[in-house]
Amino acid sequence: MAQADAARLVTPAMLGLWLALASVPLWIDRVGLYPYLGVEILIWSIYALAFNLLLGTAGLVSFGHGAYFGVGAYAFGLAQFNLSANLWVCLGVAVLAAGLAGLLVGLFISHRRGIYYAFMTIAFGQIFWTIAIKAYAITGGEDGLLKIARPPADFGIAAIDLHDNVALYYFVLAVFAIVVVALWRLVHSPYGQVLAAIRQSETRAAHLGYPVWRYKLTVFALSAAVSGLAGALFAMAQRSAFPDVMSVNQSGLIVMMTLVGGGLVSFWGPVIGVLVYIVARDVIGALTFAWMLYFGLLFMAVMLFRPEGIAGMAKSFLARWR
Amino acid sequence: MALIEAQGVHVRFGDRVVLEEIDLAVAEGELHGIMGPNGAGKTTFFNVLTGRVKPSRGRIRLDGEDLAGLGPHEIANKGVARSFQIMTLFDEFTARENVMVALPAFRARGFDARRAVAGDAGLAGEADEVLASVGLAEKSAVVAKQLPYGERRALEIAVALAQRPRVLCLDEPTSGLGSDGKQRLLELIRSLRTRLTIVAIEHEMDFLFSLADRISVIHWGQVVARGTPRELQANEWVRRSNLGRFA
Repeated sequence: MAQADAARLVTPAMLGLWLALASVPLWIDRVGLYPYLGVEILIWSIYALAFNLLLGTAGLVSFGHGAYFGVGAYAFGLAQFNLSANLWVCLGVAVLAAGLAGLLVGLFISHRRGIYYAFMTIAFGQIFWTIAIKAYAITGGEDGLLKIARPPADFGIAAIDLHDNVALYYFVLAVFAIVVVALWRLVHSPYGQVLAAIRQSETRAAHLGYPVWRYKLTVFALSAAVSGLAGALFAMAQRSAFPDVMSVNQSGLIVMMTLVGGGLVSFWGPVIGVLVYIVARDVIGALTFAWMLYFGLLFMAVMLFRPEGIAGMAKSFLARWR
Repeated sequence: MALIEAQGVHVRFGDRVVLEEIDLAVAEGELHGIMGPNGAGKTTFFNVLTGRVKPSRGRIRLDGEDLAGLGPHEIANKGVARSFQIMTLFDEFTARENVMVALPAFRARGFDARRAVAGDAGLAGEADEVLASVGLAEKSAVVAKQLPYGERRALEIAVALAQRPRVLCLDEPTSGLGSDGKQRLLELIRSLRTRLTIVAIEHEMDFLFSLADRISVIHWGQVVARGTPRELQANEWVRRSNLGRFA
């Protein structure tokens, strides 16, 4: 079954998830939540899937990934203000800018391993964050870029207005679906298999003839580019881009979400982690300001007792049940 | 002419000299054994041969081509495969996936992100043939970490063979094997020597002396004796150093 799914472009699980997500605007108000929450979950899911391409597939830890999410957000706004108001142009610029930033950083860090690699991602993340704060004339400093518009999705024969959160939700869902299909195929392709081999043993992979650093470089740039796409959607959703998303704190959140969800053992783990985090933030956050304490405790419990995360627990449960 | 040749290989880590000067030539089709006490520099020499360690001076040539400055992946692509003293497999992969990822056909598609690996009958068939050649035909779907030790050793050789190498470097292949495992490995390597050039580091003297065409003894970072197994058995230095003991 798993083998058959790996060969498919679109799996039954994907179809089921998309259908379930498509129904969200129909009932989300009735459970006391709101459509914008769905937009956030989808955007962060795209970001988490991109991040997990690096962590779960290639085994590379980045503690500064917020930088690329932020570069995408700023590039979206700057492209809109200075280049074109066309949505596709702005999204394209965001993906390109974040991908190039990832490529540049990747050139410096791809020859490194383990703790040195991880620390260099933090250092570069801090550089981007500092630039965002200090380059006031370009980024708006600590205030960020404000008044970013939500341009319509122009398909030539028709244009969809995205001002309404439900319309934006369906647009982001479509982008999410495309990202899921692309990443699913990538993870199960020869390229993904080589990344998985590198995760298990860089040394062995090199001695099989694979130029390991080039794989580490390209996967970092790819992951950054997709994170930039998520950042651009976030800028559109928030109608602004601000430096906070590039902070170490925010970069740490994506690591926590991915690990709690089970990104190390499942393609869907990051999506589960995002769902748990954002729903916890809204539901528990409505009851207590200390909601992050409870999420932190959950993170510690998962790391201590079930490091394979929620998806891993579900897998074990299903295996026993079958 | 030698297929693989080391000339004046010297390796120093800081102020510590690990290889003083190694000169060694292995002819095509030869099975060349390397023996020596612990810490003699045998594995370091293998690391130089396969690009993992850059020599401080000296040259390595493959079929006359200088390999100086090349990394492990470039040397592997030129046809030098190796196994490791501490077993290095992709533990989460099945035996078939371990072999598949080593195939030149797979390597050629390494940056292909559009096609799925699953369902590629050509690659799977090629991998299964290699597995069958080392006696693991029935184990192709078993995850590597779940295989018994002896089979993991055989899988490591299968992975090296899948690279279609010209030179196969085996670092202590019998390490950790019982007598049955050693016997099976002996037969496997014997079957390979007709089609490959093999360089093998080995502590198990009976094993090495029954297989090798020629043996080099490395001690204090240099080759202190070399010759056929028969010549080495008669070598006074080898006798005195207790390296040439036989069961």
